[in-house]
Amino acid sequence: MNLLGKLSWDSIPHDPIVIGTLIVIAIGGAALFGLITKLQKWGWLWREWLTSVDHKRLGIMYIILAFVMLIRGFADAIMMRTQLAVATNGSEGYLPPHHYDQIFTAHGVIMIIFMAMPFMIGLMNIVVPLQIGARDVAFPFLNNLSFWLAVSGAVLVNISLGLGEFAMTGWVAYPPLSGLEFSPGVGVDYYIWALQISGIGTTLTGVNFLVTVIKMRAPGMKLMQMPIFTWTCTWANVLIVASFPILTAALAMLTLDRYLDFHFFTNDLGGNSMMYINLFWAWGHPEVYILVLPAFGIFSEIVSTYTGKRLFGYKSMVYASGAISILGFIVWLHHFFTMGSSASVNAFFGIMTMIIAVPTGVKLFNWLFTMYKGRVRMEPPMLWTIGFIITFSVGGMTGVLLAIPGADYVLHNSLFLIAHFHNTIIGGAVFGYLAGFAFWFPKAMGFHLNPKIGKFSFWCWFIGFFVAFMPLYVLGFLGMTRRLNHTDNPDWNIWLYIAAGGAFIIALGIAAQFVQLILGFIQKDKNLDKTGDPWNGHTLEWSLSSPPQFYNFAKIPHVDDIDTFTDMKEKGTAYKREESYEPIHMPSNTNAGPIMGAIATAFGFAMIWHIWWLAGASFIGLIVAFIMRAYAKDTDYYVQPDEVARIENAHLDNVAKG
Amino acid sequence: MNLLLTRNLSKIALAALVALLAGCQGGVLDPKGSIGAQEKELIITATILMLLVVIPVILMTLYFAWKYREGSGEAYEPKWDHSTKIEAVVWGIPIVIIIILAVITYKSTHALNPYKPIESDEDHMTVEVVSLNWKWLFIYPDLGIATVNELAFPKDVPVEFKITSAGTMNSFFIPQLGSQIYSMAGMETKLHLIANEAGTFDGISSNYSGHGFTGMKFKAIATPTKEDFNAWVEKVKTSGEALSTERYEKLVEPTEYHPVEYFGTVKDGLFFDIIWEYMGDMGRIDFYGKPEYGATKPEGVVLPERIAPKTEEASH
Repeated sequence: MNLLGKLSWDSIPHDPIVIGTLIVIAIGGAALFGLITKLQKWGWLWREWLTSVDHKRLGIMYIILAFVMLIRGFADAIMMRTQLAVATNGSEGYLPPHHYDQIFTAHGVIMIIFMAMPFMIGLMNIVVPLQIGARDVAFPFLNNLSFWLAVSGAVLVNISLGLGEFAMTGWVAYPPLSGLEFSPGVGVDYYIWALQISGIGTTLTGVNFLVTVIKMRAPGMKLMQMPIFTWTCTWANVLIVASFPILTAALAMLTLDRYLDFHFFTNDLGGNSMMYINLFWAWGHPEVYILVLPAFGIFSEIVSTYTGKRLFGYKSMVYASGAISILGFIVWLHHFFTMGSSASVNAFFGIMTMIIAVPTGVKLFNWLFTMYKGRVRMEPPMLWTIGFIITFSVGGMTGVLLAIPGADYVLHNSLFLIAHFHNTIIGGAVFGYLAGFAFWFPKAMGFHLNPKIGKFSFWCWFIGFFVAFMPLYVLGFLGMTRRLNHTDNPDWNIWLYIAAGGAFIIALGIAAQFVQLILGFIQKDKNLDKTGDPWNGHTLEWSLSSPPQFYNFAKIPHVDDIDTFTDMKEKGTAYKREESYEPIHMPSNTNAGPIMGAIATAFGFAMIWHIWWLAGASFIGLIVAFIMRAYAKDTDYYVQPDEVARIENAHLDNVAKG
Repeated sequence: MNLLLTRNLSKIALAALVALLAGCQGGVLDPKGSIGAQEKELIITATILMLLVVIPVILMTLYFAWKYREGSGEAYEPKWDHSTKIEAVVWGIPIVIIIILAVITYKSTHALNPYKPIESDEDHMTVEVVSLNWKWLFIYPDLGIATVNELAFPKDVPVEFKITSAGTMNSFFIPQLGSQIYSMAGMETKLHLIANEAGTFDGISSNYSGHGFTGMKFKAIATPTKEDFNAWVEKVKTSGEALSTERYEKLVEPTEYHPVEYFGTVKDGLFFDIIWEYMGDMGRIDFYGKPEYGATKPEGVVLPERIAPKTEEASH
């Protein structure tokens, strides 16, 4: 028996680009490792962060993961755009299909699963418990485990860079191409296990947050008084719980095909790839609403905060989000109108899809009427919001166009489609997350970012987006299909050059985000947020110090209004000094999460490389670790009233000083 | 005044759109057949309808953001959060637009159904299309010829494409003629197209199918007359070799940027064999029970013993 499975020296790619990347990563990793060692921060990092069950710290770690993967996914994007700008008129460019096909697959997987999802879940982690007046989520350990499972998936994707290869199937991994017959390498296995492990983490997150909003709202807070961001996250979690198991099942069947010679999706022996394609999109379409609904919630919070007004049409917003969630489940077939379904089936799914434009349109109008008779403050989060409304209107329009089967018959799989979904995912979800990042950053970190750099970053993203993606709409009309390695149509060249230019403008926007962050840390002491309410906020998170205390609320507030904190400020009950405090029951940090994440990574790696002894051992290890955690006794503690009083009084003194 | 501005801007936008569309050479907005032409018209109609909402939304966003900016001295009503009238309008407008679009969608989807034969005085011509890794095989069952990566038919003659795959999934697409349809192993999909102008058009696979995908291109030639087409057929017949089972098995081997090939004769029922190879026993029910979902067995084809059709009674 081979102890290393399929692994050998030949598994390390010899491509100079890959080797260069690996060297840079190795140097960067060594530098980081050295710095932490030199500052003697390993113990602190482990005890305070990696093992933390505090939803705020997990949220921050999720966002760090999202930023790291954004760099990776964006590097892929830049490589694709430069390849297509160079490889015109029949020239081969610098990326052969073997490498290029991995890049576009990795770009899609990383941006959706390991950038957008962690970013969204990170913001949800930081904000939702604070908005509903809870001290943590319902299952704090599970929350930590979810995070480490997400990291585990991300680690596997990154290992594929230096060991073996990633899938060369496109991010959807349609069989039969992703089956053993046409993809015998380890690429698809990396894809399967990275998605499978992180997907289980996501499902757990969905369950966790649903229970949290159902069971842990502050007294008095009715469901129809939950802040709108919490509402949209709740809809997203309903979608997660309902749709991620479909992905898990579809991937499990693909796994059986590849590992145990099953024939669910193969060409022969009764397999049928159409089943995978249906299942994939039964998850895949709700997934895009999982990404965008919380972003809609962020924009709603921002518009009402930066106009100093109540949100217009709160109920409409909640129902519209619900309508989008439900409709999101009966539109999956619009991803393959060209598969040959009957006209009536195609028409049904087309019409269902365009009906989603109704609740989405309502949301756009409600944001508009929130601005109406308001006091609009043009801070970076508000800029992102206005940029979003403009961008997303265009993306929504092209989406409805693609929903008409007759139009889709010529636009399907073209660059028009690529432009459309980047239009909604960047212009909708990513703009939303970056807006939320700017909005809640002082809350999470306790200090302000430089708004000038923030605005610069916005303009780069906004302009860059249009320069990069409007040409793709044109190219779609010109008949250019997606995933081409190179082109030989002179009419396309100019648009490909412009698109590449746009990608570099976006790169500038990303760089500005990092400059803003680094500068923020350097000038931290000058820009502290002492009051905890820098934007005159409406909801409970702004009633706490920045960053909030580890127990969030010294005394759980009573809620009478959607804009609870505004209500408290008006009634004069905000910042009240309590006579006495009760002991606060808190969960203890636990090393079970990171350990189980590490074992899951080993399991995934072993399965990918067919290292059966390690797969068996790590699988048993995973179960043992879980049982040990289940029987652990030391999982909670109490914060004593005098300590709470000391912390709270210090904060209230700060607020009084302004 | 604002209304006037909106109106002018939408006119400019429309003009820009038309200019952009007119400038598209060789793409889906430069159709050479009636299917493509109808699809182009559909795209333009739907876009204009949606711009009726999208342009005002964008302009109102900019206008409201400017008008109610901090320090503008405009009215400020922080507690105003509901108006039944406005809510009725914001639900109503999208609903009306979507109802109109839904009607258009229902009608156009049936009119443009790729499976629907095109109405014409001319008889349909049938071409069997097989996507191989990574090239296109075209079989003319009525003419007994086959080609690789080159397709020809006379203009104004409706063509029925029967499509399958002997490998990964692809999408058969000639952008200037209109619709595309997937090619899938063990299954037959259908597509009806027509060229109303003569010319040579780019044909592609528009579904990524692996390493050689980029090179999976073909030329679709719409000849000006039937005589020209017959001359092309003659050329294929005289210059080509025979596409036997053995030759086909060689052709199936993965290749990239495969050159154009002509086959003067083709094994009878090859297309059927290709589908049947993947369909196996599982396909029998669809195949004989519901012929519209399966391939049509050509006359004179004898099924191998192993997969010979069972009778209705035997299969129950």
